[in-house]
This record gives sequence, structure tokens and C-alpha cells, in this order.
Amino acid sequence: MRNEDISSRPLCLSGRGVTKIFTTGKTRTVAVDHVDFEFHEGELISIVGESGSGKTTLSKMLLGLLNITEGEILFQGQPRDISNMHKRREYWRGIQAIFQDPFSSFNVFNKIDTVLLDCINMRGGKRLPMEKKIEMMTEACSFVNLKFAELTNKYPFELSGGQMQRLMIARIFLLKPKILLADEPTSMIDACSRATILDMLLQLRDEVGMTIIFITHDIGLAYYISDSVYIMEHGKFVESGSADDVILNPKAAYTKRLISDVPKIYEPWDLNTVAQ
Amino acid sequence: MKNTLRQVFHSGKFVAGFCIFAFILLMMIIYPLINPGNPLERIGVGTFAKPGTYVSLYDTVDTETETFKLADADDKRLAKILSDSDRVSMVEWLTQAEVDLTGVSMNDTEKLLDLWHANYDDSIRLKGMTKAQRNYYVRLNNSLNNASKADTLTVTDVDPDTNEVVEKTKIQKTDYVNVGDVANTKTLPLGTDNFGRDVLKELVSACGTSIMIGLIAGLVATFIGLLLGLLAGYLGGVADDIIMFITNIFTVIPSFVLLILISYSLGQDQRGATTVAIVIGLTSWVWTTRSVRSQVISLRNRDHVNLSKLSGHSLMRIIMTDILPYIASYVVMAFILQVSSGILAEAQLSLLGLGPKTTEVPTLGLMMNWAMLYSAHLNGSWWAYFPVILTIAGISFSMNLMNTGLDQVFNPTLRD
Repeated sequence: MRNEDISSRPLCLSGRGVTKIFTTGKTRTVAVDHVDFEFHEGELISIVGESGSGKTTLSKMLLGLLNITEGEILFQGQPRDISNMHKRREYWRGIQAIFQDPFSSFNVFNKIDTVLLDCINMRGGKRLPMEKKIEMMTEACSFVNLKFAELTNKYPFELSGGQMQRLMIARIFLLKPKILLADEPTSMIDACSRATILDMLLQLRDEVGMTIIFITHDIGLAYYISDSVYIMEHGKFVESGSADDVILNPKAAYTKRLISDVPKIYEPWDLNTVAQ
Repeated sequence: MKNTLRQVFHSGKFVAGFCIFAFILLMMIIYPLINPGNPLERIGVGTFAKPGTYVSLYDTVDTETETFKLADADDKRLAKILSDSDRVSMVEWLTQAEVDLTGVSMNDTEKLLDLWHANYDDSIRLKGMTKAQRNYYVRLNNSLNNASKADTLTVTDVDPDTNEVVEKTKIQKTDYVNVGDVANTKTLPLGTDNFGRDVLKELVSACGTSIMIGLIAGLVATFIGLLLGLLAGYLGGVADDIIMFITNIFTVIPSFVLLILISYSLGQDQRGATTVAIVIGLTSWVWTTRSVRSQVISLRNRDHVNLSKLSGHSLMRIIMTDILPYIASYVVMAFILQVSSGILAEAQLSLLGLGPKTTEVPTLGLMMNWAMLYSAHLNGSWWAYFPVILTIAGISFSMNLMNTGLDQVFNPTLRD
């Protein structure tokens, strides 16, 4: 998919001058500073940056969980309208998220069945017979290598971190949104589970044809999976383009630093660049 | 949920507190069944009857008697007649008459009486003794002589036809009646209060009213506190500013002053137990609001709340399923403390005479108020106020103990 010309596809989500300023008392913190972006359908975009560079703030604005101070976000070419609950629900049918920490992503008082049934209801399956619902949930669970029969009537905290994150993907499988925003979905998980989860995400993209916005601090991982990469520093995109362009020919100093900070197994790690 | 309950009941402190509270509640339910009737019924005409069993003197005269010859009966009788001040006067007289008192204790009735009978003579005139004092000693001597002499007591009656005094019965010194055979006896474990009411019965009833006042006050305070805290914390922004402004105003005014002012302006007639409870609740929600708000603020940006929003859940549903369960343990603990402080607030208010109106129901505070107004603490009638204090302390202690136990279960860093 990487070699295909993605830029010719229709725009899925784009933003112009998106800005977020937090005001506490008299101090103003600019978290995201006039960023522009264009995400195409079926594209896998990585947003890379250090902690505190504004990635999560941007992702929350994209999800509509935070108000935008300035600028505008276009969803499928139209200005996004999330002014009331009904419109927000409609928007969230098109965009969904996977969060960083699987342990805090689930309400510990709700059973796994509730989590999955909510997704079916959201897709308009409220009136379906129970057998059909169970069939759908079983299908979703088997997609992520989980057995629904073993999960039913269990609570999310009874699962391991990797299993919980897979359950999150099962949720996305049921919801089939246009855009999936994955906010560092693998950073809390061990390397083996990470590969499985990334594999599932890519498989899901091919099956449903959705756009994945992958937020990460790991530029190596970003290069490995994404079509295009946005590098974020202090709330601004310092560099963007296809993964090959950005990572093989970095122009911005920040990108060069990020790339040099990736530890390589066969080379001694240059700690001088890390210390900067 | 089941697991949490098991954990809670494994906490020693919670179980201890729960047992004390359950005992008080059980007493409140069982005692009125054993001793039914109006708790404010005035059974005594005098004030502050001592705790103990009272036997009808009238009925004992007609009760069948048994004869017992007990060796120490006379001594006990004399010891009862001789009051402490009489003993002091006797020793004073004997000292003035220069009688050797070495080795005689004042409480040793037998030796003291022997010395008295051997030495006393009403013809002896001691120096510096007034006529009144001399007469007192004569009277004392006579009563002592009579007590040891008379073996029978004659009960007389007046014949209604002839107006003549007729002998009804003779009571021997050796006559005893079984308390169980007497038609009328009354046991008052805590005596009577200033209005001649059974204190224990009143206390049990007052305990129920006070716990009810505490519960209503706690419910009102927790409801308002929870509602405002949830709204301020979850909505944030202008709603938060407005609610916190009101909360801060209530925080800086001491709630007890507010309570006194509201109670006073309501007037005596308007203050029923429920009204007072609601007023207490209305002045004590502040801390619940503040702490619920801070908890909600830390919860509202958690990922599970975001996920719930993304699932299209309504504001109400998010608050009910994603926020409330997480702070439920905290709210229960705050509620227990509110109940306990509600009971204390009622006691304080009533002690000042601003509690519920005094004619309908007893409350723990009102009982203290009555005891104080009739100087129970000055005339030594401890039974009128001490059991009340103990009950208030018991309820308060048990609730705080339960709260500490819950705190340790829900907040693992406090476990020892």
C-alpha cells in the first residue's frame, strides 16, 4: 500500500490552523500551535514527537473530546459539526480511538459483555436478537484471538494488558469506524504482544479500509508501519511527508535527533545526542 | 462487589464499630417491645428518682409474710438510721465529754453505739453547746433507743363509719415479703428525670429520634454535596466557578453559627425533629462538595470516561456508570461521617435550647438540655445525663470506627 499514490485519494480528515491554548489564571500554555494536516482515506499516518509535544492534545481535539481554540477541522471534506449530542454521536460513529493504557481504558465496574454490546448498539444493532449479538461478539473476539465464551461475565481487570488491548481492537472491529486514532496503543505492552497488536491493526485497516492515525514517540515503529509521518515539536509540525522521505532524508534538526535517539542493536548507543 | 463486602467485614475496626452500632439499633427495636408505652409519660411526681427497684409500700402491708431471724438485721437497721452527719455529731459529743475514742472508727456502728449508750446522759451540760444542739442530741438518743426497743410496728386505719382508729395489722421486725408477691413494683434501671419520666425508656426513644435526625441530615448533606460536587467537577468552566463560589461562601461562615441563626429564626413552633434534621443537612454539605469535586476532576479525564463518551453515552449515563461507582466508597464514608456529625450537631443545638420543640419527642440533645436546666449535674443526679453522654459517644465512636475500617479497605496505603 505504501507505494500506491495515496495523495490522489479523497480526504478523510483535514485541519487548518488547529490551535489549542490552555489558560489557567493568567498563564497561557500553547499546547498545539496552528497545525495543518491532510489525512487521506485508507492512509496510515504516524504522528511522532516527544512527551509534551502536544500529540495527545491534538488527538483529543481530533476526537472531539477537547474544544479547539482556533482553526477548523474538516471531516470528509465538510466542516466538522459536533455542537450537540446527536451530532457528536454521529461523528463518533466515524472516528474511534484506542488509548495508551489498557488498564485505565475500561470501566472496572462494567463486564466485558457490556463493553462489546455498547458497540453493537452504537452501530444500530440494538433491536437484534441476542443470538445474533453473541455471534457478532464471538466473531470480533476471534478476530483478535480471544475466546468470547471465556470472556463472557468477566471483568476487564481480570485480563492481562495485552488481552485488554486486543479487546479494544475487538471493539473497533465491531464499530468499523472510518478513522481510528491509536494513541500509543503499544507503549504499555511487551514487545511480543506489540507485534501481534500492530499486526491486528494493519489487518483491520485492510479489511475495513479505514484510516489509522497512529500516535507514537517511537520513530522506528512509525517508519515500519506508516504511509506518511508528521513530526511534532512543541505543538507544531516541523516536518511531514511520506515515511520514506521524512525518515530516510530528514530535513529538520529535531527529526534527525529523534532518528539518532533510536537504539540500534549492533551499534553502540551515542548517549551524547540523547543527553541534549 | 461481593469481594469488597467480604473485605469490609474482615476489617477489625469496621466489625467492632458495626457491632456497637448494631447493638444500639437492636436495643432501640427490642426495648420498646419489652416496655411499651409513651416514653414521655410522667410516672413520677417528684424529680430525679434514683435508679433501682421501687416496691409499693401500700401493697406490702397486705402481702403474705415469711419470718426470718437474721443475726445482722438490727445492726443494718441502725446503720441505716444513723446518717453520716449523725455519726459526726456523736463523735463530737463524745470528744467534748472527754471519752477515750482510740480504736473506734466512725463506720463501726456497734462500738460507737456501745460507747454512746455507756456515756450519754442528757443531764450533762457541755461547754459552748446551744439549747438547739442539746435538743438535737436528745432527739438522736431517743430515736436510737426506739430503734433498738420496738419489735412491732402497728398499722392503723380509720373506720369510715365510726371515725375510730382501728388497728389494721402488726408488722414484726422479722417479717419479710417476697418482692415477687407484691402487687406493684417498678424497676427503673436509670431512675426518673426532672419531669418524673423513666430515663431508660426516654433514652431508647431519644436514641431512635437522634439517629433518624442524623440519617436525614446525612442524606440531605450527602445528596446536595454529591450533586453539586459532581456537577462542578464534571462540567467544569462557568458551572464550576459558580458552584465553588457558593461553596466557598458556606465554607468561610462557620456552619454552627449558621445553624444557630437558622434554628433561631425558624422559631420554637416550627422546629420539629425533621425540620431540625433538614436544617442541619443544609448547613453541612460543604466538605462533601469540595472533596467529591476534586475526585471527579481527577476522574473526568481518565481514558475510561473518554471511551464512554466515544461510545455515545449521555452525560447522565457517564456520571452514573463511569464516575459515581468510582467515588461510591468515598461517598459512603462521607455519609457515615455526616450522620455522626448530624447527631452531634442536634445535641449541641438542643443543649442551647434551639433543638426540636420539647413537647413531642425526646432526642439525646433535649435530654441533656432538660438535665442541665434542672441542674442534674449539680445535685448529683448522674443518671439523667451520664447515660445520654455515653450513648452519644457510643454512636459517634461506632460510626467513626466503621469509617476508619472502610477507609483502610478502600485506601490500601493506610493498612497497617
